[in-house]
Amino acid sequence: MGKIFKFEQDVDTDQIIASQYIIYPTIDEMKAHTFESLDPDFAAQVQPGDYVVASENFGCGSSREQAPSVLKALGVKAVVAKSFARIFYRNAINIGLPVIVCKDLHENVKAGDDMELSMQEGVVRVNGKEYECTRLPEYMQGILDQGGLIASLNKS
Amino acid sequence: MGMTIAEKIIAAAAGAESVKPGDIHTVELDRLMSNDGTTHLTIDMYHQLKNPHIADVNKLVWIVDHNVPCDSVKTAASHKKMRDFAKENGIKFYEGAGVCHQVMIENHVTSGELIFGADSHTCAYGALGAFGTGVGCTDYLYAMVTGHSWLLVPETLKFNLTGKLKEGVYARDLILSIIGMIGANGANYMAMEFSGEGLKTLNMSDRIAICNLCVEAGAKTALMEVDEITLDYLKAHGREPKYSFKSDEDAHFAKVYDIDLSTIKPIVAKPHFVDSVVDAKECVGTHIDEAFLGSCNNGRLEDLRVGAELIKGRKVHPLVRFLVVPASAEVYKQALSEGLIDTFMEAGAIVMNPNCSVCWGSCQGVIGENEVLISTGTRNFKGRAGHKDSFVYLASAATVTASAIKGEIATADMLE
Repeated sequence: MGKIFKFEQDVDTDQIIASQYIIYPTIDEMKAHTFESLDPDFAAQVQPGDYVVASENFGCGSSREQAPSVLKALGVKAVVAKSFARIFYRNAINIGLPVIVCKDLHENVKAGDDMELSMQEGVVRVNGKEYECTRLPEYMQGILDQGGLIASLNKS
Repeated sequence: MGMTIAEKIIAAAAGAESVKPGDIHTVELDRLMSNDGTTHLTIDMYHQLKNPHIADVNKLVWIVDHNVPCDSVKTAASHKKMRDFAKENGIKFYEGAGVCHQVMIENHVTSGELIFGADSHTCAYGALGAFGTGVGCTDYLYAMVTGHSWLLVPETLKFNLTGKLKEGVYARDLILSIIGMIGANGANYMAMEFSGEGLKTLNMSDRIAICNLCVEAGAKTALMEVDEITLDYLKAHGREPKYSFKSDEDAHFAKVYDIDLSTIKPIVAKPHFVDSVVDAKECVGTHIDEAFLGSCNNGRLEDLRVGAELIKGRKVHPLVRFLVVPASAEVYKQALSEGLIDTFMEAGAIVMNPNCSVCWGSCQGVIGENEVLISTGTRNFKGRAGHKDSFVYLASAATVTASAIKGEIATADMLE
């Protein structure tokens, strides 16, 4: 069970981690600035196991992999959105951060709600209700299950 | 069933006879471009690999362009890491040559290639009929180590162009109009293909501006038919096409848009979304603090000519900083020889070395709290050009220059 941090549509990767921080030497040095422009308290408040829930086109804009990486480094368990921009979606899977599309969740939950997600079942549970998600294509779920693309490379 | 250009390039790179949207294929990459936005992290991950090696070093091009010359000790460390690694491994390396996409198009890309770039605007290479797509550093590293990657075959949106842009209207206005029409995720996961008689009226600089911005509609790639203009450009730069693909007559398109270029007007994209487009006239009179003419989208010779012609004999407004940043050293040299740089400097513009500049908010030229920028850059996201509470309007080189002169948003036809 984790808490929901809620965002709206067209959240671009500059909002997830701004340009002035992505040049920092490590993800650990950047992560305190996650979502700084939209929710300055996010990095201090988010706990390992919490979720980001967003509307359409989450992660649009810059291809900076630092965006999913800071979310993962802060312990975000998964991002659930109505839709994702493709580069963010691919980057998240590649680094082993679960992302999943759920069309009905955003309107029916609020920030701070407790949530549970099963990637395998493709189901989210919040406030006693279940919401169906679009399960990842098998190929991408396979990358995620191995812990990301680099982990799969090291195994092969 | 016939194939689109995107499908043909993927099929060739996958060694498959045909492919269809939704299929996932393992593809050989022709080139791998990376810049100083993420390469330091790629190198760190490389060193953590169990068996670090580079599949084919000749495919790699590394370009320092986001913070050049570097602006802080932290950046210097990241650049040094990139520079040292490139030298040790024999990777083609540029620093100071310009914005990565302009450098790639001037020196490396050819038609029919499949290219990964660790930068979202890699879709610019479609101007030459190449499939360029933006990736993160993990994807980049995987491709660097194995020489291949996986790709989901995208659906294609076709833009059939007819007619000709009117005087005072530019490719920049066209692509902003298209993004406004289909929305910031209107082409998400898709390829955007441009063809038709109207395409022949657009020069290579126009074509780059159009393809470069397609990621702002979510596109995976942008592609243009190879024609005489493409072949002339390649020939002038000493290159041959790998393939000269056109979509088949019976290829399947998710949707076809017919666009008459003569209907396009000067456009402004308002803060904080690229698809928040309006007729430029609606923004006339909006206060500005800074104007920017540059970037991989609109910092080529043709754009500088437009700006120089408007500002010749006029002055930058005393309360405005007007940054002029050629997209590459090549562009800079040509602008110098044509006297464009003299014109900008006489007018009071600040001419800077080729780099990404204020198009991304972590370098010289950033704007402060509540300040307003009008820009030929790629994005107007919140905080994109500096302070999180600042504002960016996107427009053509003409509208940006006219605004720099007037001290508020203005269109070129408003100059006395």
